Amino acid sequence: MLSFVLRRLGQSSVLVLIMSILVFVGMYVVSDPVAVLASDDFTEEDRIALASELGVDRPLMVQYFSFLSNVVRGDFGTSFVYNEPVLPLIVERLPATLEVAFLAIAIGLCIGVPLGIYSGLNRKKKTTKTISFLTTVGYSIPNFWQALLLILVFAVWLKVLPASGRGDTTTLFGIELSFFNLDGLRHMLLPAINLAIYKICMQTRLARSGTQEVMFQDYMTFARAKGIPRPRLIRRHLMRNILIPIVTITGLELGGLIAFSTVTETVFSWPGIGKLLLDSIHNADRPVVVAYLILIVMMFVVINFVVDVLYALLDPRIRYT
Amino acid sequence: METAVEQTMTSRPDKPEPTKWKRAKKVFKGHPMAIAGLIGVTLFILTAIFAPLIAPQNPYDLAKLDILDGLLPPGSRLYDGTYSVMGTDALGRDILSGVMYGLRISLFVAFTAVLVGSSIGVLLGLLAALRGGWVETIIMRAVDLKISFPGILLALMLLAIFGTGVDKVIYALIIGAWASKARLVRAVALSEMKKEYIDAARLAGLSDFRIMTRFLLPNSISPVLVVLPMSISGAIGAEATLSFLGVGVPITEPSLGLLIANGNDYLLSGKWWISIFPGLVLVAMVLCINVVSDRLRDHSNPYLRAKD
Repeated sequence: MLSFVLRRLGQSSVLVLIMSILVFVGMYVVSDPVAVLASDDFTEEDRIALASELGVDRPLMVQYFSFLSNVVRGDFGTSFVYNEPVLPLIVERLPATLEVAFLAIAIGLCIGVPLGIYSGLNRKKKTTKTISFLTTVGYSIPNFWQALLLILVFAVWLKVLPASGRGDTTTLFGIELSFFNLDGLRHMLLPAINLAIYKICMQTRLARSGTQEVMFQDYMTFARAKGIPRPRLIRRHLMRNILIPIVTITGLELGGLIAFSTVTETVFSWPGIGKLLLDSIHNADRPVVVAYLILIVMMFVVINFVVDVLYALLDPRIRYT
Repeated sequence: METAVEQTMTSRPDKPEPTKWKRAKKVFKGHPMAIAGLIGVTLFILTAIFAPLIAPQNPYDLAKLDILDGLLPPGSRLYDGTYSVMGTDALGRDILSGVMYGLRISLFVAFTAVLVGSSIGVLLGLLAALRGGWVETIIMRAVDLKISFPGILLALMLLAIFGTGVDKVIYALIIGAWASKARLVRAVALSEMKKEYIDAARLAGLSDFRIMTRFLLPNSISPVLVVLPMSISGAIGAEATLSFLGVGVPITEPSLGLLIANGNDYLLSGKWWISIFPGLVLVAMVLCINVVSDRLRDHSNPYLRAKD
């Protein structure tokens, strides 16, 4: 296990390094920051002064290594728009994003897994066919349009839930959370449902195909022959075996969820990191974009790593050497 | 997998046409949803192709637009006496015509990107399986790198760097489409490589290129063909999302996503039709493709096929 952890750490650092080079070269070389920042009445001397102030007149390698050494020390530069260090800017918006993401995962698991197990156990029933069709519909509705529909129905027509913003928050351990606050929870509900619909469909399908596969295994036949009652059969024998793919994919999809939160947060004006990214792209605020992307890559590496370890813990047949 | 492979071996392009048609009929027989999806897809493609002939109005022709026709609800009578089935937007453009023209751009972008991206992916996957060694290592590491990153973020990042436009969106979606196909094809091709006909071809002194295109490709392509419709519907959704976020196609070539974005500002004031109709068409099209795609996938799964 230890050698596996070490090897994975090595691979992951190489991955982060490659991505940092790609992002850096992409963001800092393709477009010229001086052209973006300089106003029209700048003279040639002003431009050169600005370039040396930004450090972009140095060779590319030198620029990259100074960027890298700053990043290692936690300094991602200063935002052009907010004029604040980038890292705190992103970190203070992270709880808002994670909060919605976790609520969405919880909704997805609580609805998707039971629906999937039911469909897997009752292949021929009409309800199963309906569930299966509904998951296809759910997959087919683009996230952003779902969000618009939710706003139209719940905020414009029914007027029961707010359409945008975060509402009141409660401060817990210095972190602002909407979760423990009725108004905050009301604001959180629509974005969370928006992110959860895709999750529900995915979990239903995973649980269904898992159930179908496991039910035909010899150990299930044996367990049935032993006379184990059905609820226990489902809980102890079926659930444990279908959990492996579900945990893996849910974990891997956490990144996708945070990626899609850019869309959801933009539509609902939810002040998380996704909205920050999109605003920064529109404002050409490159330090923020670069920092966001590098942090996301790091997060992905951590998620993949945790999923691999969880995998080994859940399935004793998998042992890393 | 074995059955899928056998199937492709018999569906080599030099076989006569009727068997293919019969097999295609068998896939959809007894699955009314899938047939409905297939008809839907055909209708959408035809509408996109013939949009200039059947659309009530040319939404790009600014001279034809009348500002007095702006923001009319569905079913309203326009200034020139015609009726607007889906209503009009703020500039007085007929939504139905906008949707028909938008369909063209959405479909064009998605098809081009997926076909080019998948071809690149298939080629790289075959190359990895055939050559092995460092070629395989580089290709498969690149695949891992790509797959570890969500497509929509990658596209956002590329468009943030290179700017927006129809061509840029296509590039971004191509980069999103190749990796999964390379992985898929390599897996099948690796098992094909162990078979005797490849050894025979090698002994006959055929070049790597010929082995790849004439032997390995026809026998490894079927799993990719099965996931292709899903890729296309995914690309349609991705393009719509990017255009909705304002980093996709330009305002002069409005796709369905951009039409939805245009209506977004009017949604809160209750003028729902500007966003909802293009969205409904988008969903209907993606749904049709996905229903067909589900059927193809179930059919290609021998475990499920035995139970049909």
